[in-house]
Amino acid sequence: MTVVFGIFLLTLLVITAIAIVRTENLFVAVMLLGIFSLLIAANFFILDAADVALTEAAVGAGISTVLFLGALALTSEKERASTGPRWLSVIVVVSATLVVLYATFDKPIFGDPAAPVHQHVAPWYLEKTPELIDIPNVVTAVLGSYRGYDTLGEVFVVFTAGIGVLFLLSAHHGGYSRRKESELEQTEIGLRDHLIPRVVGRMLVPFILLFGLYVQFHGEYGPGGGFQAGALIAAAFILYALVEGEDRTLKALPQSALTGLMIGGALLYGIVGLLGIALGSNFLDYSVLATTPVAGQQLGILLIEAGVGMTVTGVLLSIFHAFAARDRY
Amino acid sequence: MNLVLDIISWVLLSAGGVFVLIGGIGALRMPNLYTRMHAASVTDSIGAVLVLSGVMVQAGLSLATIKLGAILIFLLITGPTSSYALANAAILAGFKPDEKPGQEDSA
Repeated sequence: MTVVFGIFLLTLLVITAIAIVRTENLFVAVMLLGIFSLLIAANFFILDAADVALTEAAVGAGISTVLFLGALALTSEKERASTGPRWLSVIVVVSATLVVLYATFDKPIFGDPAAPVHQHVAPWYLEKTPELIDIPNVVTAVLGSYRGYDTLGEVFVVFTAGIGVLFLLSAHHGGYSRRKESELEQTEIGLRDHLIPRVVGRMLVPFILLFGLYVQFHGEYGPGGGFQAGALIAAAFILYALVEGEDRTLKALPQSALTGLMIGGALLYGIVGLLGIALGSNFLDYSVLATTPVAGQQLGILLIEAGVGMTVTGVLLSIFHAFAARDRY
Repeated sequence: MNLVLDIISWVLLSAGGVFVLIGGIGALRMPNLYTRMHAASVTDSIGAVLVLSGVMVQAGLSLATIKLGAILIFLLITGPTSSYALANAAILAGFKPDEKPGQEDSA
């Protein structure tokens, strides 16, 4: 059954991809990209990769769609007619496709228990996690502890990307002045005229925040963790910005706080790693953080997941605000 | 007892599937944006309610049922809101509800 669903979803994925390439209206392309992300999230889910599916749905279908729309609002909805030789790109695409197709012949068949991925370290992770870390979700154990270096790298990639986008988008930061408090009460911004989206949006924001926190702190027991929670919390604030306006959101969570979250999250992760050295073990070894190694591992994972969540929230919201603020220049 | 529950959930799931299918056909075949939205909203409302109820019957009295109930409430609140937002945006963009087929933009 999994195979049938997989083939069905992958076929839809190919159709969506072709539609994305063929459409000339970039707005339509953005919507199709959201559908693409949802399809691939469903595909991850039927492969039992619930953590990845949650990330893809929250970031790919949710936040990136909003950021793409923000970019479109600043530029244009129409694709520019392509110049330059077309045959060159056709040759590149065709040869790359052939190489990938050729490479698939060496892959083990789907679900093969003898595949290298199931024989290498995975059995060790599955066997040792209850003993060493004692949390039900092995994915979180791998992400937070066994492959802590990789996750640290990912957090710094997110952090660097955020800094880069902020540098690009806030290049003309001269003429921008925050509206005064009294003006704020009077100006009709956001969807303030539209009662239904406003009421429903305001009602949903606390629940989305709650769900984000649940995903953050339940990551050791079920699918979830810092990346997903960061995207969900950012989504709650973006919803608030859409219904109540940009200025009110910045008043609720100012840019300085966002920058603090960005830096604080990455720093928290690094400091937890350094604590391992300070307490006489290796970098990012959490075993020494508490009295027993298992408790130390759990504490370390909790802290670094919090760091991941903070950085992701800060970066996504900063990028969103940077896009929104560009309108005013 | 299990058989009764299975039959109930089977009926609910099939009925939900039929409504989703009808909604899908309507979204493809209706002449303009508003009638298409009208057809597609069948998927959102009765289709989703029936499918989720069917799954809830299968899940029995468990945490999964509570989660499914939360999803159901969420869908019942957000579905009509997004339909309203879409219709409103279409009005603001200048789509007239009485447009004949073929006059509208296919975007």
